[in-house]
Amino acid sequence: MPNATNIALIPLLPLAGFILLGLFGRKYIKNGAGLIGTALLLGSALLALYTAYDYFFVYGKVDGVYQQFVPLKITWLAFSKELSIDMGLVIDPISVMMLLVVTFVSLMVHIYSLGYMKGEERFPTYYAFLGLFTFSMLGLVLASNIFQMYIFWELVGVSSFLLIGFYYDKPSAVAASKKAFIVTRFADLGFLVGILILSYFSGSFDFQTLIARLTSPESNEVKNAVASTFLGASALTWGAALIFIGGAGKSAMFPLHIWLPDAMEGPTPVSALIHAATMVVAGVYLVARLFPVFSVTTPAVLEIIGWVGAVSAIIAAVIACTQTDIKRVLAYSTMSQIGYMMFALGVSSYGGEAGLGYTASMFHLFTHAMFKALLFLGAGAVIHYVHSNEMKDMGGLRKKLPITHFTFLVACLAIAGVPPFAGFFSKEEILLAAYNSNTAIYWIALITSGLTAFYMFRLYFTIFWNKAQGEHSAAANKHGEGGLVMMLPLVLLAVGAAGAGFIPFGEFVSTDGKALESHFHLSFSLAPVALGLAGILAALWMYAKANDKPARLAASLGGLYKAAYHKFYIDELYLFITKKVLFNLVGRPAAWFDRNIVDGLMNLTGNSTVLVSEGIKKFQSGKVQQYAIFFLGAVVLLAVLFIYVWR
Amino acid sequence: MNELLTLMKSELVLTGIIFLLLFIKIGKGMKNETLLPLVQVLLLVNFIFGFVLNKEGRLFGDMFYTTSLIAFQKNILNLGVYLISLLCTDWLKKTPHLPEFFLLLLSALLGMFFMISSANLLIFYLSLELASIPVAAMANFDLDKKRSAEGAMKMILSSAFSSGILLFGISLVYGSTGTISLPEIAGRLDGSTLQVLAFIFFFAAFAFKLSIVPFHLWTADVYEGSPIATTAFLSVISKGSVAFIFMTMLYRVFQPLLDTWYPMLVILSIATMVIGNLFALRQQNIKRFLAFSSIAQVGFILVAVSSNDHMGSTAVIYFVLVYIFSNLAAFGVASVIAEQTGKERIDDFKGFYKTNPFLSWILALALFSLAGVPPTAGFFGKLFLLTAGGARAAYWFITVAALNMIISLYYYLRVVRAMFMDKNDTPIEPLKISAPVRLGMIICGAGIILTGLLSWIYDYIHSL
Repeated sequence: MPNATNIALIPLLPLAGFILLGLFGRKYIKNGAGLIGTALLLGSALLALYTAYDYFFVYGKVDGVYQQFVPLKITWLAFSKELSIDMGLVIDPISVMMLLVVTFVSLMVHIYSLGYMKGEERFPTYYAFLGLFTFSMLGLVLASNIFQMYIFWELVGVSSFLLIGFYYDKPSAVAASKKAFIVTRFADLGFLVGILILSYFSGSFDFQTLIARLTSPESNEVKNAVASTFLGASALTWGAALIFIGGAGKSAMFPLHIWLPDAMEGPTPVSALIHAATMVVAGVYLVARLFPVFSVTTPAVLEIIGWVGAVSAIIAAVIACTQTDIKRVLAYSTMSQIGYMMFALGVSSYGGEAGLGYTASMFHLFTHAMFKALLFLGAGAVIHYVHSNEMKDMGGLRKKLPITHFTFLVACLAIAGVPPFAGFFSKEEILLAAYNSNTAIYWIALITSGLTAFYMFRLYFTIFWNKAQGEHSAAANKHGEGGLVMMLPLVLLAVGAAGAGFIPFGEFVSTDGKALESHFHLSFSLAPVALGLAGILAALWMYAKANDKPARLAASLGGLYKAAYHKFYIDELYLFITKKVLFNLVGRPAAWFDRNIVDGLMNLTGNSTVLVSEGIKKFQSGKVQQYAIFFLGAVVLLAVLFIYVWR
Repeated sequence: MNELLTLMKSELVLTGIIFLLLFIKIGKGMKNETLLPLVQVLLLVNFIFGFVLNKEGRLFGDMFYTTSLIAFQKNILNLGVYLISLLCTDWLKKTPHLPEFFLLLLSALLGMFFMISSANLLIFYLSLELASIPVAAMANFDLDKKRSAEGAMKMILSSAFSSGILLFGISLVYGSTGTISLPEIAGRLDGSTLQVLAFIFFFAAFAFKLSIVPFHLWTADVYEGSPIATTAFLSVISKGSVAFIFMTMLYRVFQPLLDTWYPMLVILSIATMVIGNLFALRQQNIKRFLAFSSIAQVGFILVAVSSNDHMGSTAVIYFVLVYIFSNLAAFGVASVIAEQTGKERIDDFKGFYKTNPFLSWILALALFSLAGVPPTAGFFGKLFLLTAGGARAAYWFITVAALNMIISLYYYLRVVRAMFMDKNDTPIEPLKISAPVRLGMIICGAGIILTGLLSWIYDYIHSL
């Protein structure tokens, strides 16, 4: 049986770190702040590891099926006997898997930041925020109640806001943090309304009850929900779609992705933690958590999820090919990979072999967390070295940064899907799932995987090859790679990125808890691997040495390149809608209405009142009589209304 | 005899305090500096005593009854009065007739207690009068200010008018049912035209006391003219007690007329929220601002009252408790500023945070709670009100109420913006906060935060 204390401690240790460092960090434990935060997180990570071992190998499996446990449930706010907001812990394959990912990546980031953020003025605050974020994310993962999840969902948003805007004296960082907060808040509104709709029809906020009631088509709840329709779709479809909008906002799915690239203004380790491995996959996790509802009751929404994922994957990949800021390339690549996870869920169905997409999605989430965090931390080491985010300031760094170079290469191979690195296995499963159920999405995914290999190796070659040695600025060379604390996480993550693929994931995570055999055909892997290699070769041909091929290619592609470089003008579109359309079409008339009609009416009332009461306003006011008239008038009006009209 | 002592415990304790004050007054008298702490301690004891020895039962041939719910309602009012005595210390110390002020205030409170406990129209009417006439005298307590006298005059005249209407209603009820016992009336109402008319008269009297639009006209003038302690008493304690009895009347007595009063409540609730908000938007004087915003808050209370079930009643009581903390904190800060600087305009609050951070935070917290911003208790209060109102599935009604919440957000935050963001070259200088005021503010602040987070409070009220 799960041990509730141990599991509760996993999120509570980082929270303790947040409180401790938040209260006393700046004054008393300035220098030890990083070590305290890291030590607490190490405790969390070990507990998570123990929990995972215990669950997967000791008690989790009953009759060959992984069970869901709720070791702790406290009623926090009871609306009625049935409907209550609980604080609980849920233990099932995906939550345990996420516990591992979150604590491991967070631990790596904590260690890495010891070096990267050293000497920072607000060092303790930084670790306090990291603790808050980790706590919120773990709380989100462990939530047993959809409202509890929403609360932590918002907390995650807040802590991400704090961390993106950590360099608050930089206007761009402040703007980016605001943008991220506002865009995701909009999406969260959808989530909240979705929660209300689903829980209204199911009569429960509890995940288990909610899912159980909404997935049996014979139940009264489903019948009621299907019977009430709005704009041609049933209430359930609306609810599920709105919940997905919440997930799409957090996971930066098209067209709600515009905040993610800007969020790169935060410290690079933060990007590795929040915008690569954990928070941005919260949307995927949400869809996976409610997967039975999506797949059994509202397949139409699941289809939408599939298409949104696929479109996001390819658009982001195209944009990533043209960006020059390395963190932005990685941001778009993240968006593209999350698109993969989303459409993998979208093409999956519930139970048995057909649930391959679900397993694949979770598998990719797991492997992606490893190699993407590694890419970001590697990029951090590079930025640390050259003091710039721009590719043109880099080049030929492979001798200067040997460990970074090697681990970065591993990560690139993993994300490009080259066997036998981790990304190969998970991507292969996703492609197979797509192939089996939706050919159009399969083709999109295939093209995307070629593009992925291309832009990742474009990044790799421009950073580590291209220019000759020592061509970059002199200021850059003062310090080396950044010491043990920065290199250790890179190496550990590289081991994960290289080897995570060999985990028989289907045995642990599947839609119905039963082990899922993965069928592997060598012939099937040929196309994606070949495309991947083609992408790598193209990147090698264009970027391994400094030349004018990229410029010529860009020129020959003309408009397309320009459009992609400008991120398909989606940011501009948003600006146009908010500034021009909302402001002019809604704001202006509203202001006019307010100024002329409301104010006019008010002035009219005011003026006439003043006019009437002018002479009698003094002490013996006639106003009381006027009040009495109103009083009597209202009584008469009510009497007439309710005795003669209403009855 | 024993039964009399236990069942009328709250009333008797209060009477005891009143007599004590009376003796002090006709005896040698006492300086305000010594009398005020004494009163504060007595009120605190009274509040604590309100938690214990509560029995349920009936007295005087079923004219008076009490239950644990009623005892809790009375104690909410006790808490409010205690907080007023703390928060308005500055003004109370200065007033030349302190014993009289508390005599009047406690008499009015006594009237409210009887009113909540009444099971008979006669007791109800008498106690209603006892609860309103002393308040008019309290409104007149700034003896050297003309506006204060004007407000008192307006109040007593309007109040007399509303009493007249109420008496007419009572006589019609008696005429059509032949009884003045409330439980018996409930059994004899059949919805005839005469009874509907009688009910409308009743309703108008309640609407007057609660400042429901269009019976609200007296409110702003009286609030603005009265001393701030009176305004606080009127807008919180008075409103709360009437809301309690109003609910009891609708749910227990006029239940057979549900088809009449439900639409009436909906219409007037919307009118009250909208008009209260529209006027609050334009106010510059902080007291008038709080007056109109309290009118809007009553509109929200009506949303829950319209639910006609136990959840509505719980939501209203919970909201009144939260409202006491929030509104009194706001009045407390306004009182400190007005007493020490004479400034009452919202524009004067600009840059207030720079010089008075503590007061600014308390006021901001109070306004957030009034606006219903999470995680303050005000949010939960509003949430429960709207959820209760939703029980009758009038979703457009709830939507209108939610829209009004958003409007109110704007004007509450306007004050916060003035304090925290607007620049001012000559902000209000740092003010002295005496110990009782500080204590009162901390209680209110803690109440605003904890009442929402401690879910057992709501559960406790629900279980009564």
